[in-house]
Amino acid sequence: MAKLNMVQAINLALAQEMEKDADVLVLGQDVAVDGGVFRVTDGLLEKFGDQRVVDTPLAESGIIGSSIGMAMAGLKPVCEMQFSGFSYLMMGQFEAHATRMRSRTHGQITLPMVIRMPFGGGVRALEHHSESREVLFAHLPGAKVVIPSGPRNARALLVAAIRDPDPVVFMEPKHSYRAFREEVPDAEETLPVGKCQVVQEGTDLTVISWGAMMRPALKAAAEIEKRRGTSVEIIDVQTIAPLDAHTIAESVRKTGRCVIVQEAPRSYGASGEIVAQINDRALMHLEAPVKRLTGYDVVTPYFGREKSYLPNAERVVAGMEETLDF
Amino acid sequence: MPEKQIAKFSVTHLQVLDEKGKVDAALEPDLGQEQAVEMYRWMRLARTLDERMLKLQRQGRLGTFPPCTGHEAVSIPVGLAMKKGDWFAGAFRELGTRLVRGEPLTNTLHYYNGWEEGNILPDADLRILPTSVVIGCQIEHAAGLAYAAKYRGTDEAVVTFIGDGGTSEGSFHEGLNFAAVWKAPMVAIVQNNQWAISIPRETQTASETLAQKGIAYGIPVIQVDGNDPLAVWVAVNEALDRARAGDGPTLIEAVTYRLMMHTTADDPTKYRQSADEEAAWAKEPLIRTRKWLANKGWWDDAREEKLLAECKEQVDAAVEEFETPVERAHDESFRHVYGTEHAVIREQHEDFLANQEREGQRG
Ligand SMILES: Cc1ncc(C[n+]2csc(CCOP(=O)(O)OP(=O)(O)O)c2C)c(N)n1
Ligand SMILES: [Mg+2]
Repeated sequence: MAKLNMVQAINLALAQEMEKDADVLVLGQDVAVDGGVFRVTDGLLEKFGDQRVVDTPLAESGIIGSSIGMAMAGLKPVCEMQFSGFSYLMMGQFEAHATRMRSRTHGQITLPMVIRMPFGGGVRALEHHSESREVLFAHLPGAKVVIPSGPRNARALLVAAIRDPDPVVFMEPKHSYRAFREEVPDAEETLPVGKCQVVQEGTDLTVISWGAMMRPALKAAAEIEKRRGTSVEIIDVQTIAPLDAHTIAESVRKTGRCVIVQEAPRSYGASGEIVAQINDRALMHLEAPVKRLTGYDVVTPYFGREKSYLPNAERVVAGMEETLDF
Repeated sequence: MPEKQIAKFSVTHLQVLDEKGKVDAALEPDLGQEQAVEMYRWMRLARTLDERMLKLQRQGRLGTFPPCTGHEAVSIPVGLAMKKGDWFAGAFRELGTRLVRGEPLTNTLHYYNGWEEGNILPDADLRILPTSVVIGCQIEHAAGLAYAAKYRGTDEAVVTFIGDGGTSEGSFHEGLNFAAVWKAPMVAIVQNNQWAISIPRETQTASETLAQKGIAYGIPVIQVDGNDPLAVWVAVNEALDRARAGDGPTLIEAVTYRLMMHTTADDPTKYRQSADEEAAWAKEPLIRTRKWLANKGWWDDAREEKLLAECKEQVDAAVEEFETPVERAHDESFRHVYGTEHAVIREQHEDFLANQEREGQRG
């Protein structure tokens, strides 16, 4: 057991999987010699050599397209988009090929690959470096989208993503990269792709979030427990697509009240899908409308205005009160 | 059927002023004292601002930014060669061109301190596009701008920039191809500074030169010493003349060196030798330009000292203005989503204002 931050935990997952499986390799811009601009792949070149840790030319479509080819040949590429803001340049390859190859060939050609990318705001980054656009991927049939919220689950989810038989977009909330540490066991640990995790059980209110927003969600839950003695159940979604609606509905059937916290813009966000699933599966158990605390439908402001844009614990507490008082 | 050679290509390298300040008289452009001094003054101003920005960033008074030191011999002559009405579709390492084209110094400071206000020009007619953070996109915009200039029958030209790394992006190739097919008045400048963050030029492409990539699209290309403002001046003027004459785009590869870190968040000691950096410093553009001016009898230590003082004064004033506190509405984003009103935005705007009321405005 060591106390690791998320960068170190992801690095551990990569190193251990590469150790175990010679088909796993890492490629992307600045991932080898530089160890990644966030140092996530630091030291891998020294351990595994330049055939398995590959600095690529500056071309997102080339990175994904060639990873698809590698995966067709049975390798398990873990490729990196330097920032999610540049991943849109690979969308053609992703939609037309990564997400569809299994279906098109009825399973004859499959693509076991992971596309890692830092995303999200809160680090005073340059323009195009702070967006939350997980649903752009999640909407595509065949795409799996996994978002860890802390060092320990990042490690466990990444290992599972690498072993998953399908393309997984693994979105790393960069605000959480170095924000806190957790005990991460040295021994192998995985969490399932396609499942939500109930991180705290409760009976009065369900709080649902993912990625960097888990921090304000947890903080708000602690505050509301203190203020009103509310018993809060907290769900870390972890896999945005395919969504584990079952776990979510089960919780809401129990609590009857629900708050969802999402960093991304409000309209067509994952929270909208979660509300729809609750309506389908637990509507008659609701005692209040499901409350969404989200980003806004505006272009993510540059960092001077970023803090007032991002959902925070105060806003979540206010949303919880509204739901509880309904 | 014997094999025969059906095409033959070559790439020319142009240097007019070498690192020792020696000029090739046969190639030397006729700049004249006033214009020559003007060029050097801009180079010095860009350098002064860049150095100050690094200090500000290190002191926590400015956000992350990509230093432009060492790129002045490309950005300044290009800016000076452009005319009113020309478009500048830059990348992000051409501080000099922005200044020459009339963008206030404070724009760059505000931009890199996290404010969209840094993208707003005092006059839209300056035709300077915002920084292209997403690498390569600007080349395609330039092709479209150039098409529009041709369509309207103006003699306006479009100048676009990209880095050595950027030449690997599809957009670079698509943009060049479009402009070439359309014979559009575009000048594309590859600022080959040998590095794309940690990726050296050799890892980026197996091509012998970056200029030759333009040959594939059927357009004139040239490689110039990008630390030599006279070579850049000659090449960019030829290219602009060609563009205005209706003869289509040109690709110029300017070979220089990224003397500083990629951005202030980068640590070059991870991937390159300080000896290489030192060798590159010996070739940097300002020293040779100053020598050239001095050899012409147009420059001396007293004038240099005066210029340094003037640049400092100008940068001081800009920093003072930049740091003068202003109230900026945090709900600005809601006003610019669409050009039309919509209830979705209006309702969210109200929600945002209510949150601000409760929480106070946050930075
Ligand atoms: C499409 C895209 N991919 C990745 C990045 C991240 N990035 C920013 S600058 C850079 C390297 C650019 O190198 P080069 O084109 O040589 O320009 P230079 O920085 O040397 O001026 C990278 C990879 C980006 N901004 N845009
Ligand atoms: Mg470069």
